[in-house]
This record gives sequence, C-alpha cells and structure tokens, in this order.
Amino acid sequence: MVRAPDRLITAGLGSCIGICLLDKVAKIGGMAHIMLPSSEKARANQNRAKFADTAIEDMIALMVKMGASPKRITAKIAGGAQMFNIGSSDVMKIGERNSKAVVECLAKNGIPILAQDTGGNYGRTIIFDTASGELLIRTIGLGERVI
Amino acid sequence: MIEDFRDLTGLQLDALKEIGNIGAGNAATALAVMTGDRIDMSVPRVGILPFDKVAELVGGPDTQVVAIYFQVTGAANCNIMFILSIEKAVLLAELLMGVPPGDKKTLGNMELSAVAEAGNIISSTYLNALAMFTQMTLIPSPPAVGIDMAGALLDGVLALYGEVGDYVLVLENKFRKGDLDVIGHLFLLPEPEALDRILNALGVNF
Repeated sequence: MVRAPDRLITAGLGSCIGICLLDKVAKIGGMAHIMLPSSEKARANQNRAKFADTAIEDMIALMVKMGASPKRITAKIAGGAQMFNIGSSDVMKIGERNSKAVVECLAKNGIPILAQDTGGNYGRTIIFDTASGELLIRTIGLGERVI
Repeated sequence: MIEDFRDLTGLQLDALKEIGNIGAGNAATALAVMTGDRIDMSVPRVGILPFDKVAELVGGPDTQVVAIYFQVTGAANCNIMFILSIEKAVLLAELLMGVPPGDKKTLGNMELSAVAEAGNIISSTYLNALAMFTQMTLIPSPPAVGIDMAGALLDGVLALYGEVGDYVLVLENKFRKGDLDVIGHLFLLPEPEALDRILNALGVNF
C-alpha cells in the first residue's frame, strides 16, 4: 500500500494476476500478486496475499486504514495467462480461473474495473503509477502497452 | 505425513540428492551419445526454496528463460521443469553443438531443439533414477517448451502447490565441458501425497 506518486511493480506474471487498486482522491494505491482463485481449500496460516478473495479483502482494509474510501476505489488488473498448453484439466486452466475469481471478488466488493489485460499465453511485468492511475504492461516480444 | 518440504531431514534431502546424482550420471552418458562428445554433469546443490525465491535462481522473474516442463503421473504425481536463462541456454546449445562459446548470439530453432533435448534427457534420466530407487511407475508427459519471463513460466506450475505449501524442491545441475560451465536448474515439484510416497519408497520416511 502506498501513497501517490509512488509506483508499484510486479514482474513475471503468468497465470497469476496483478490487482491494482486506487483511491485517486485520497491518493492511496495498492497492488497484489495473486496465484490462486480462492482461499477456501487452503490450510490455516497460509499467506493470504496469494488468494484472490483474501488479498482483495486485505488490500481494501489496509487502504481504508490509510484513509481511503471504499466507494472511491477503482481497479485495473493484468495477467491470468495460460503459459503451457499441457492438459485440459481444470487445474491447468489456472489463469482463467484466477481472472474469473478476481473479477467476481472485485464486483462483490463494489470495485469497478477500469481496465484489464488478461489471458493470452505470454508473461507480463506491470508497473502501476498511483499518481496518474496508469498501468504499464511490458512483455517479451509483444512490446508494451498502457491501460 | 510429510507435506511441507521444510520438514525434510538432512537424511531425506541426501536421499533425494543421491537420486539427482545418479540421474545426472545417466544424463551425462546420454548427452555424450547425443553429441559424440563428453559432457560432465553433476548435481551440485539440493535445496528447499520458498516460491518467491525460485525465479531469482534463474535471474529474476522477468528474465527471459527457456523452460521445459513435464507433468508426471503414475504412482506419484509430480511436475518437472528444467530452466535456463536465455544466455545460459545459448551457451548450452554451443556446448552441445560443439561450437566455440560466443559463436552464437541467439537461440534459433536448432539451438532451442538442442536445449529442449537436453532438458528432456535430464528430466527423463532423473525420473528413471527415481523410478528405479522407488520401484514406482512414473510416466512423463511429452515436454512443453516455453520461452518467456521466468516468473510467468513458473507461475502456473507453482500455483498447483500454493494450496498446500509455500516451498518447492530444487536440484541444481551443472554441465561442464573443459573450462565451460553452464548451470541449469531442475525443479521437482511432487504433489504432497506424492512426496510422502516417494520418501516411503526410498525407505527414509520416519
């Protein structure tokens, strides 16, 4: 969790999703790097930041504690790729499952998604600028884009 | 039941390392046949790492790497991934193709083929050694090759373990010919019950 104009970065997103939250008015932002859709089947004392549901909950709580207003928080997300094409079982389509879970959790918490760059079969490194709200996405071989 | 790699004792780690050594020995033989030349292979290190440190071993999460990935089924479900940074992959290709180092600048199709084959050999020989010691039937899938950011390639596979733990087993492999050393990493990710079964079969599960 940071205050503008800090930038947040997470590198090498494959099936993981980078969730960037921002309260532009209070100038508070956060980024989570989640690996899995749900903490339901996780053991106790697992790292909450890995799961979409708990990461989003925790981020909102932290931002509010820093002075953000939940009604003003917006999101941008990236990742959720399927890097290898092995197997058709559910387990392997983790990128897609992560995307779905993140979209659902954000909706559940009333957070609109301003932009998303998910899917595909390539890695992404993302840099979130909390001052402008811009999300820069870098890839190997497919260039950069800003959403 | 052993579920977390961190619970492995020194003895158990040694057993897994020994299998790595035997696998490496077999791989060296196979590589010699493949290249008509002698390439030494060893397993210098075995370690247990937290997920977020895995990508650092190969240069960081956004380092471009070559990854060769197998799903293993049968008596124990595992995932095997052999990873090299692009620079090391090029060096390895030079080593395998018998050209002077620095000769090649990029990883073209032929070079990638050579590296993928090496990855295939190392993974298979490791698996064979494991199968031999445990008397377990282990069936590898055909290899999937990826060239992209290390973090991205590791992601989806590590996510399978995120539900039960935060640590994986890593075996480092060193390839050497003359003065040239190339280090590649073989990641063995057994699914939780699989680790237990493997340790039992090795006779080191206490």
